Amino acid sequence: MSKTETSPYHHVRSEIIPLLTSDDLFTTVERQATRYAYAEAVIELGERNPDVVVLDADVSKSVRTHKFAEKFPERSFNFGVAEQNMMAAAAGMATTGLIPYATTYAVFASMRALDQVRNSIHYPRLNVKIAASHGGLTPGPDGVTHQGQEDLSILRAIAHSTVIAAADPPTTKLAVWAAAEWEGPVYLSFTRDPVPVIFDLNYPFEIGKAVTVRDGTDATIIAIRDLVVQSLVAAERLAKKGLSVRVIDCHTLKPLDVETLLQAAEETGAIVTAENNMFYGGLGSAVAEVLVENYPIPMKRIGVRDTFAESGPYLELLKKYGLSAEHIADAVKEVVARKGQSR
Amino acid sequence: METPQTPMSVEELKQMAANIRCDIIEMICTAKAGHPGGSLSAADVVTALYFRIMRLDPQDPDWPDRDRFILSKGHACPVWYAALAERGYFDKSHLGTLRQLNSILQGHPDMRKTPGIDMTAGSLGHGLSAGLGMALSGKLRQKDYHVWVIIGDGESQEGSIWEAAMAAAKWKVDSLTAILDRNHLQNDDCVDIEMPIEPVADKWRAFGWHVMEIDGHNMEEIVEALETAKTIKGKPTMIIAHTVKGKGVSFMENVVEWHGKAPCKEEAECALEEIRRYGCEQN
Repeated sequence: MSKTETSPYHHVRSEIIPLLTSDDLFTTVERQATRYAYAEAVIELGERNPDVVVLDADVSKSVRTHKFAEKFPERSFNFGVAEQNMMAAAAGMATTGLIPYATTYAVFASMRALDQVRNSIHYPRLNVKIAASHGGLTPGPDGVTHQGQEDLSILRAIAHSTVIAAADPPTTKLAVWAAAEWEGPVYLSFTRDPVPVIFDLNYPFEIGKAVTVRDGTDATIIAIRDLVVQSLVAAERLAKKGLSVRVIDCHTLKPLDVETLLQAAEETGAIVTAENNMFYGGLGSAVAEVLVENYPIPMKRIGVRDTFAESGPYLELLKKYGLSAEHIADAVKEVVARKGQSR
Repeated sequence: METPQTPMSVEELKQMAANIRCDIIEMICTAKAGHPGGSLSAADVVTALYFRIMRLDPQDPDWPDRDRFILSKGHACPVWYAALAERGYFDKSHLGTLRQLNSILQGHPDMRKTPGIDMTAGSLGHGLSAGLGMALSGKLRQKDYHVWVIIGDGESQEGSIWEAAMAAAKWKVDSLTAILDRNHLQNDDCVDIEMPIEPVADKWRAFGWHVMEIDGHNMEEIVEALETAKTIKGKPTMIIAHTVKGKGVSFMENVVEWHGKAPCKEEAECALEEIRRYGCEQN
């Protein structure tokens, strides 16, 4: 816990806070791709749960689940470049009580194999964990075919789905472990590129429970996955300009923590959502649906607009495609300015 | 609920297959929708599995050591439902509720609604993969159950079938047997015109499977092939069952339109009479 009497932060590592307005945040701070945190977590899980098996589709060396294969060769299954077969086989395994972690990239998990994911995993509510790396624009240099910018929206639209995208490596591990305890399908979305370690393993991770990681009274940023840290940066910059901005880590897109977000809406009166995902159907849409029916207030969505991105460094892509801390901060200023105006 | 004496003799199986064919016609006629052609073509193989070959317990459908069965060509589920009802998994009165609101018998198989359904199916090309997963799990846990999957010949056009074919050979899952219901017709047309799958036996052999070919309506051949499949070691088995779509109802046989059309009352009565006569002749 890094909270002090004067600090508005909750669960944020104390060494991170002074760096939030510094460029050093993405250079000197310990960083790790959350796909690697997943691999470490699933290996630990494999040690304590013999029912856990890992399925791969030719990206085990990219995600590092090949280390699970080295440790538990009999519980590791590499299906080659055949994601559809992997997903339906995972479903078959789950019918027998195994807990398969089917591992691939977000584009393939959410699109190539979506028919299997919908009909053979979600429809029968089988206990398959879909581990999807390369979420959003995090695979920057790989370009559009490998940038999973729709996975959160697509999976959210499936009945019985549970959709999680943790903000950093430690909370990713907690998500992977929590998924094993959750009966039914869970979709886990990871980053390809490294993100700063902003929390630690004491983080109160609970599926479906959003976490307020920064207090604030003027507006709330509700963020997911890699845009949580961008939102913290935005809030800290705005604090220097006298705005008090709450930040919520909404790691579980579905089921959405309606209570926490409505409380934030009532207490701060303005909402910005931030996701490295299409701004259709994902976090922004989910929050907007709740607000418009319950507590309409000024709101703005940060997400990938109606476009495909391109190859480039991850952080540069965030800037070019409107997902950076600066864009989030501008959105907050806009919704705060709209507060109290007649609608 | 009656539970028949099993395992059945070949003669008893023939009579049961006729009963199941009658159930299929009655169900689809009552529902006014469904897929008679592919249900009838698979009836003999499904009967042999449920009344002679498979290790199962209708009183304990989730028994961990049971053999598994998947009808990957899920649209033919009337044959599955009929077999389960005749075997005592649920009361036969449910058969009249096929495709109706609140029924345990969905238009395509739903493992959460119907006792004895081991895997949800309907979107083609999934079942062999799911069966592979079940077989791999059995291998991992040193269980000796067998997994039986019926796929369609039209379904064999799905790429994922061949993904599963490749993988099953890689892992040498000899506890997995696929049966190809080779009835030559699919929704739109003849398989061999729409998208030919021949030489299909060579394809499966090339993918590393042990391949047998049988007359899928000859009960002796069916039983012998299914029993042989359990003894094949080191590779999965494919039984190509040469069948007739609509088998047992002459006006449905080899007619593409009967893939997914319900008989009206008069047609159903003709069909039932013919099946009963055919079933008796077999005895």
